[in-house]
Parts: sequence; structure tokens; C-alpha cells
Amino acid sequence: MKSEITIKQARCKGCGICAAFCPKQVLAVSELGKIQVVKGEDCIACGQCELRCPDYAIFVDKLEDMKGATA
Amino acid sequence: MREARLMQGNEACAEGAIAAGVDFFAGYPITPSTEIAEMMAKLLPKQGGKFVQMEDEIAAMGAILGASLAGSKVMDATSGPGFSLKQELIGYAVCAEIPCVLVDVQRVGPSTGQPTAPSQGDLMQVRWGTHGDHPMIALSPWSVRETYDATIMAVNYAERFRTPVILLMDEMVGHLRENVTLPEPGEIEIYPRRKPKKTRAEGYEPFEPDTDLVPNVADFGEGYHIHVTGLIHDDTGFPVGSAQVTESSIRRLHEKIMRASDEIVHTESYFMEDAEYAVVSFGGTARTAYEAVKNMREQGLSVGLLRLLTVWPFADKVIAELAEKVKGILVAELNYGQMVHEVRRAAGGKCAVELCGKYNMKSFEPVEIEAEIEKMVGDVEKGGRA
Amino acid sequence: MAELTRSYEKYFRQNRLPHLWCPGCGNGIAMKAIVQAIEKQGWTQDNTVIVSGIGCSSRASGYMDFDTLHTAHGRAIPFATGIKLARPELNVVVITGDGDCCAIGGNHFIHGCRRNVDLTVVLFNNAIYGMTGGQASPMTPLGGKATTTPYGSVDRPFDPCHLAKAAGATFVARSTAFHVQHMTDMIAQGMASRGFSFIETQVQCPTSYGRRNKMPSPAEMLKWLQQHAVLKPAWDRLDREKKKAYILDHKFPIGVLHQAKRPELDYDAAYDQVIERAQGVKA
Repeated sequence: MKSEITIKQARCKGCGICAAFCPKQVLAVSELGKIQVVKGEDCIACGQCELRCPDYAIFVDKLEDMKGATA
Repeated sequence: MREARLMQGNEACAEGAIAAGVDFFAGYPITPSTEIAEMMAKLLPKQGGKFVQMEDEIAAMGAILGASLAGSKVMDATSGPGFSLKQELIGYAVCAEIPCVLVDVQRVGPSTGQPTAPSQGDLMQVRWGTHGDHPMIALSPWSVRETYDATIMAVNYAERFRTPVILLMDEMVGHLRENVTLPEPGEIEIYPRRKPKKTRAEGYEPFEPDTDLVPNVADFGEGYHIHVTGLIHDDTGFPVGSAQVTESSIRRLHEKIMRASDEIVHTESYFMEDAEYAVVSFGGTARTAYEAVKNMREQGLSVGLLRLLTVWPFADKVIAELAEKVKGILVAELNYGQMVHEVRRAAGGKCAVELCGKYNMKSFEPVEIEAEIEKMVGDVEKGGRA
Repeated sequence: MAELTRSYEKYFRQNRLPHLWCPGCGNGIAMKAIVQAIEKQGWTQDNTVIVSGIGCSSRASGYMDFDTLHTAHGRAIPFATGIKLARPELNVVVITGDGDCCAIGGNHFIHGCRRNVDLTVVLFNNAIYGMTGGQASPMTPLGGKATTTPYGSVDRPFDPCHLAKAAGATFVARSTAFHVQHMTDMIAQGMASRGFSFIETQVQCPTSYGRRNKMPSPAEMLKWLQQHAVLKPAWDRLDREKKKAYILDHKFPIGVLHQAKRPELDYDAAYDQVIERAQGVKA
């Protein structure tokens, strides 16, 4: 896991924008209509999901050790 | 005392507004109110205030409401057609509790009507023009000097009750020129902008009513981060779709004014001691009615005049008391009959109530009102209509 | 983790979120761009006022933790004009929609541009009346389906940026909900520009527009914006024929479309001179 993904469930409306723009198919809308992480280990912390989330429901951060590794 | 000055009614309105602390005016030209805007354009920047001529009547109303929320005392002036256009935002100011004064110098309607001819046909529009349930305060002065005083009163009421106040003028008074002596600034009572009594930390809620049922809404830019909307809202200012909040807020909007109605309702009586008959009138028409009543008194008829300076809220109590005392009331108004319905309602069948109306571009002549007084007296004495 | 909350989140009234907009609505993206632009400008919650009209876009004011004013339909610009003239030290941002700004408020929009009061007007253009359930707006494209144009719209839309420029706005820009950072930058530039700034943000309405126009997916609508928006410098390099082809293909330029060359005096500054003249300081 190179990143930490935080989902604010109460805000998510399951529109699927984040999943559609994820280049690594990390995210998917669950049967309950909320976004969920399905392949967290593939996340490259590009932030595309957070960028266009209209509901401020998903946040992605690079993990510290990852930042260190790429420095 | 200052020296007497020859002044027009519209000019007195502008001077009164400045004296009351109005520092922002937005307007749109329309006869016969335009001189007010022209005067404000000239006077306000001298005081450091601002005048802006907007693109239409609605925009002028919007601009004064914005400025009021930002802490200014505000006024806008118009006539019938413009007054119609402002109705939605008058209701907005009622609901969002924004202090503002709107002057309507009436002319003949409906529609473009007779642009410079006098009329008092907006009386009911002033009361009921905007949609939904709402209270209204409206003052209708009869002289140049009273226009000055009534403008100050209107500004003070707007601030005190956080509501729009209408200065209901007519072309007769707006364009009348009289010699007036204005009071010194120190003689004028000013109601200051209401201020929050709590901090945010103390749980300040902008629309929480004070003991007089009026909220102490913070001005923009004071750090309170308030939300103002025309949707029905609770004390926080945010819209709520609840039956209880809707009912209580509509009731409070009415009660904050009706509870003070004895203070707000100003009337004047002339020749009323022992009068058996009365004329009820307002604004410019009351001047002619005064003359007619005086003439009839000289001829030995026991008639007096009740003049309403405050036309809304309606002087229900005063009219009810009058109806107990006199045999008949003649309502003199420059229209097809508007106030007469209110007088009949308030009189409750205790005496005859007749209309003396006129709607032909001309103000009344005293003889016309005198003839109607005689006719009413004749009818009542014959026992026909009492 | 609560600590992950971004710095811009302090500009939202947390207790009012989640907002009422439909799943996938672009308004949330534009609202975030505005607060990020405010943060970028260094404006504070105490010296900034948000004014909105009526409609989906205009519900934004209720979520933003400033002094906020949700006015009547179409009237946000006049209210904002009053606020700015009464308190010039306040920063005033107007949030409006395509119906609010360009239909019922069209006259105020034009004259706001002409008067040049120092306002930043952000149009959330979703090409539809969303709040009332999907009626055609002045921005609904020709042939577009709406509840009031069931056979396709025959009303020609207009370009609000052209209108703003022609009417005298001193800063005019366009962006889209796909280009979030670009949108933030356009709004921030508008805020930095003294005078009347107008930023059109094209936002997707999947519920009322997309579903009726063969684009029910919010992500598809964003991809459409991505594919049809062309950055201004690239747009300017197009030759005549190519530009014509692009326009026929519904492509449009984004970026700063107009900026007054010489800084013109904004209304507040001009009125200060009026006050000086009235008080006899200057002839």
C-alpha cells in the first residue's frame, strides 16, 4: 500500500466519478451505493479521485515511507 | 431653529432621509418621484454616502437590500409601475428582515396610466402587493414638513422592526412647494442599527428574536458568518422545511409589528370635538378635506376630520372609536374606493360609511368634498342608510 | 482519519454537508474550486461575502462558512452591488446559474459588466434548470432535450463569455468541472482582477440534462467536457477552417478569454472621486 485512502461515507453519493477516473481501478461503487476501495495496493496516490469528487468524500494521501522512497 | 426654506415634498423626503442617517440610495427614474433620486445623487456623496442609478426598478431594490445587510441605512424611491416591479423583493425584505425604506409617489394607474397626474390608487398594493402573508408599515404625509418627519420615522421604524417601510406619498405632496423650517440635527431622534447581544461563542443566532420579537441580525463583515435567505428559516437563518418553524416565523413577522401598533399608528383629528359626522382622509387629499370640513363648520355643520398619517397597519381602534361617536363617516380618497373598505370593516356597522372618490387626473376641490358631506348628512338624517 | 481533512474544508459549514446536489452533480466541484481560490487569494472568512441567486447553483452559499446571502431569482448581482458599494473593503463573490444569470437576471448581468463594480461572478453553467426538474435554459444547446423542449430545443443559446466581454466585464474566463485546478486558477485570477470578473464554469447535470440527452453517467459528462474544451492558446493557434470544424463539433475554448488591457477604474474607485468632487476636494 503506497497510499492512504479515506472515504467519508456520510458524504459519498456513489456517483462513480472517482472510480471512472482512477487509472488503476482501485475503486468501485458498492451495492449499497457507496464508493469502496477494491484494490488498495494498486493505488499510486495520483489524487484524480479526490480532485473531481463533487462531494468531498474521498481523500488520498501518499504514505510517508512512500514519499521517502521516491525522494 | 433654522431659517425657513421653500422646499418641494420630494426634496423634503431626500433631506429627511439624510437627517435620518440614510447613507445609501439606489434608484431608477420615474415620474413623479424622480426628484428624490436627483436630490440623493447630489446630497449623498457630500456626506460620504453613495447613490447608484440601477438598470431597473428590481435592481434598485436589490442593491438597497444588499447595502442594508452590509450595514447601511437605505432608501429607494419610485412610483406605481416601479412599485409593482419591486414587489417580490419587498417580500424578500419582510422574510429576511432587512431594514429598508421604499418611497412610492403615487400617480394614476393602472399600468403606465397618467404619469404625472395625482392619485392615491396604490393604497392596497402597498399593503398586499407582495405575495404571501406579511405585515406592512406605511406612512402617508400631507405636507412638505410632515414628509420630512415621516421619512425620518420610516427610517427609524425600518431599523427598529427590521422590515421594509413604505413612505406612501402622492403627486400632490411630492410636487407641493411650501415654506418649511427644519429641525436642528440634535432635535431629531435616530434609531440606530440593532447589534448582536451575544458573541458566536455565546451561541449567537442571527434570527433569534429579542424581547420585542425583532432579531438582532449582525451586519455583514462583522465576523458572524451569518446566512440570509428568503426561504423560511429558523433562528439560525438556515432554511427549514418544518410546519412548526413556518407557522411560528410567519406569526412572529406579524406580531413584532402588530404588538407595537398603538405606537406606530399615528392619526390627527381636526374639529372633532362634539362632531356628529367625520371625514376620514390621508395624504394630499386630507389637505382638501381639511378645507372642506373647515368650510362646513363655518356653515354650522358639526363635522370633523380624522387624518391617518399611518395608513398601515390600519387604524382599526381609532376608527372603531370614531364609529361609536359619529353618525356617519365620509372617506375622501383619490381613487375608485380603497380605504373606504377598511373603514367600513373597522367601523363594524356602527355608523354609515360613504366613499368620496375621484379618479380623473385631478385632485379634489373643497366644494366636491363639501357636496359629498352634505349628501351623506342628508342620507343619514333621512334615516336611509344609517 | 479526520486529520486528512484538507485546509479548504474550513471554508465549509461542516454541519450543513453533505450538500443537497444530486449524485455526480458538478456544482460541488465548482464550489470547492471557489473556496480553494479564496484560500489562494488569502481572503478570510470575515472579509468575504458570498451572494447567490436561486436555483441549484445558488444553494452553494448555504454551505460556505462566510457571511452568505441567498437572494431572489436572478437578483444576486444587484444585491452584491449594494454590499460592495456599502462596504468596499469586503470581497464579494457571486454564485449564479445559467437560468439565474442569463435569463431572469440577464439585465443585471449585462449592467453589472458595464458598471464594473469589483465583484467576482462565478456562473455554474449546467445548461438546464435543475431545481425545477429539467426545463430548458438559455444555455441548453440547439436540439437539446429538456422537459420544456421534449422534441429538442429550437431556442438558440448564447455564449455568456462573449456577452460579458461585450458588456464591459474587465476579466472573462471559462473552465470546466473536468479541469478542476484550471477552474480554481481562473477563479483566483478573477478574484485578483479589480473590477467585474466573470468566470463561466461548465458543470455537468447528469440528473436533469444528461439522462435526457444520452449521457446519464456523470463521468461520461466530465469526459465530454475534457474532449471538447480546448485551452485558449491552442484554440488561438487554430486556422480558420480548423476552428470552424471545432465549433461544429461543439468544441470551445477555456482559459482567460478577455482581460482589460489597461486597468479600468472600477466603480468603487470612480465613486470615491465623485465623493471628493461633491465635497469640493477636487474640482
